[in-house]
Amino acid sequence: MGTLQYLYFPGCKLIPFLPQYDRSLRALLAALDVTLNRAELNCCGYPVRHLDFTAAMFSGARVLAIAARQGVPLLTPCKCCYGNLKHADYWMRHNSELRERVNGLLKKEGLNWYAGITVRHLLSALSEDIGLDRVRLKIQRPLKELKVAAHYGCHALRPGDVTQFDNPLAPTLFEKIVAVTGAETVEWPLRLDCCGHPLWGKNNRVSLALMQRKLADAGAAGARILANACTYCQIQFDSVRRECLDPRKQFNDLPAVLVSQLLGFSFGLPLHTLGLTSDWKQT
Amino acid sequence: MFLTYFAYISLMIGLAGVLYRVGRWFILPIGSEAEKVSYGTRSMTALRALAAAFFHPCRLWIMLQSFLLEILLQLHLYRQSRLRWIMHLFLFYGILLLLMMHTFDDEITRRIFPDYASTVNPYLFLRNLLGILVLVGVLIALIRRRLDPILRRTTHQADRLLLIMLSGIILSGVLLEAVQIVSPALFDQMVQDYMGSDDPEDIASLKAFWAARFDVGFTPAPHINDAAIIAEGRNLHEDYCAACHSRPRSAVLSYPLALSLKPLAVYLDHLRMETWLWYAHYMISCLALALLPFTKLFHLLVIPITLMTRAFGDSASNHAINRPTRRAIGLDACTHCGVCSQHCAVAPVFQVIPNPSILPSEKLGGLARSAAGGNPPAKQIRLSEGSFICTSCGRCTRWCPSGIDLQDLWAASREDLSRNGYPEPHGWIRRHQAVQWSEILKTMPETNAAQDPLRQPTVRLTDAPNTFRACMQCSTCTNVCPVVALSEDPQRDLDMTPQQVMNLMRLQLKETALGCRMVWDCVTCYKCQEHCPQGVRVADVLYELRNEACRRLNPDRPMPADERIVPGAGAKRS
Repeated sequence: MGTLQYLYFPGCKLIPFLPQYDRSLRALLAALDVTLNRAELNCCGYPVRHLDFTAAMFSGARVLAIAARQGVPLLTPCKCCYGNLKHADYWMRHNSELRERVNGLLKKEGLNWYAGITVRHLLSALSEDIGLDRVRLKIQRPLKELKVAAHYGCHALRPGDVTQFDNPLAPTLFEKIVAVTGAETVEWPLRLDCCGHPLWGKNNRVSLALMQRKLADAGAAGARILANACTYCQIQFDSVRRECLDPRKQFNDLPAVLVSQLLGFSFGLPLHTLGLTSDWKQT
Repeated sequence: MFLTYFAYISLMIGLAGVLYRVGRWFILPIGSEAEKVSYGTRSMTALRALAAAFFHPCRLWIMLQSFLLEILLQLHLYRQSRLRWIMHLFLFYGILLLLMMHTFDDEITRRIFPDYASTVNPYLFLRNLLGILVLVGVLIALIRRRLDPILRRTTHQADRLLLIMLSGIILSGVLLEAVQIVSPALFDQMVQDYMGSDDPEDIASLKAFWAARFDVGFTPAPHINDAAIIAEGRNLHEDYCAACHSRPRSAVLSYPLALSLKPLAVYLDHLRMETWLWYAHYMISCLALALLPFTKLFHLLVIPITLMTRAFGDSASNHAINRPTRRAIGLDACTHCGVCSQHCAVAPVFQVIPNPSILPSEKLGGLARSAAGGNPPAKQIRLSEGSFICTSCGRCTRWCPSGIDLQDLWAASREDLSRNGYPEPHGWIRRHQAVQWSEILKTMPETNAAQDPLRQPTVRLTDAPNTFRACMQCSTCTNVCPVVALSEDPQRDLDMTPQQVMNLMRLQLKETALGCRMVWDCVTCYKCQEHCPQGVRVADVLYELRNEACRRLNPDRPMPADERIVPGAGAKRS
């Protein structure tokens, strides 16, 4: 088997707002001998989905078409990007009017969408392409006795017929990956619910209330830490939480960590590469 | 005399324009920091920052570095694109050196080189070489704007005006020089002014020599085959002319033109072409001076400021009061080069929604008009739409060759738009209740196919009876909805539950649902759709309803005259 290769799709928000996800992910995948190709790619289309379906699908299909031209699968660390790329793929396959319109636009740039372009989220790449056994071999610092609440993130999980990520009603993927680090995952009722970020800036009251409910639920289930694998979820549970939620209220101080930081730490990668502070060790 | 007045008037217009543009930097209110801050405070704070930059050795060093690398060598352009770097260096140094050596020759060149004459080498050759540089720069700029698909759609009159003005200056100068080379009248004039002999035989010898070596277009042409006459002419030339005149063949640009004009030389003299061209060349150049602050040429003065401020990094706008000023300076630094739009992550959206304000290079112009208060509501709506499509990926800022902090401009502008009544759709949809929007929609066309053909729906879930046929109102969607779960009274907070929205769809009452809170407070978690036992695409339908509202409605839509549905409830709700 040759080395794994992906076209890396960081998404718009990652590098300006969450550079630690980018750095830790690249360090993690480098440790697993995965090659990430770079290209200047446009927005996945998720943010304009409210405004215009065709614009969102064209944006997603354009990214898929660029991956097709390079002949490598796409890899994204963001679940919303993943979701919209999968939506674009789904609707391009199922609606001929959309397909003609979008491929007409792509043709002007010498691009073409066709069925069969693989899109991977970081989690699905770890479990399906790299294999958890290979990941397990790299563990040097097992996270014994750490209780983690794995937050799924909606847009990769649902609608299951479109995203094909895991069982949409009873997923296990994220817990399995966390378990590889030696940490313990907690069972929490709201684990498949929304983080609230899609309404951030649109209806902040609802956005924060959704996040608060989840934090309370994860905390009550005994989690010491909340693990994310999505740019938007992490922004919500990290910067929005710290800025807007009252830290004195129980569980509002539950820290959020990225799956790449969690794995990277257990791989023994340096803290500064992972964007973690030194007090992390004590947690 | 007339030309001197013209030059002074142009200079005064130019200076007044610069003062006006610089004054605006402290007035334009961009961002919340500009609220309740007087112009005086803003200018004083900016002055303090300027002083701090000059009197701080570390900052002075940063400025010097930026001046050398970015302003003189323009290495930031080199790293982006060799061709654009060459284009800009040719234009920049071509014009700058022509200004120093040629336009202000009395003030600069002659002071450094006392034996300077415009018609002697190396100045004659250099002037032509610099002209070539400028023309090649203009040509690359034109081709670049022609070939790139985004630039082709965004090139304005203002972009063309600058290129036309620059080539006008150079071409009129080249033509003037060509006409001067071949002009017999000018030769006679010079002989009268500078030749210390009025012996007709001497003049004939010099004429023959100049006809042979300097290509003056005498009619009838003197005999140039007599070696003795030519030798005599050469001696006279050495005595009276050589100090100021090199052979015109070194005028690499105007000499070939002169050769082609040579047969017409007498006719051109008769038309006084030399005078007309002199006026044209002089007046276009003055015009450029007068228009400097009102055209893209103003970037010459502004970009050094933005580049040096960028070099300071985050500390550049430590002081909140300076942020609106820095943004206003940024607006003036834009050359509309379009590089930001070429790298914009949402540029593909522009291909479907033809709103130029989606592209950063175009949005900036709208923002400038909006800040100056000159944008009509229809334009504000477009600016708002484009501004909220931006995903803040920051690529425009990283690429901007002028060093404008675009990211910061967009964030401030979005705040201003929201505050001034043009928020994103989730905000303005709250201005009316669902029933009122449905009344408004009755007055609206179903689609705007003529405007945005690519925005016409393709999937059309809401219009297809099959989408909802299976719905049996079991309320599973409502029961799993996390937004419904937050509310003690969904009817009050959300107008309707998801299941009720689906029921309206079944009854083909789409327009009643478009403005309802449930549609706009949906978090798009897709639980409803995943759990629906009948496979109804509930979340996709809610998305489609929002799409339709965005396509057909806008924040400034007035209420229909008849407001009988909900009396008095049409007032704005924040």
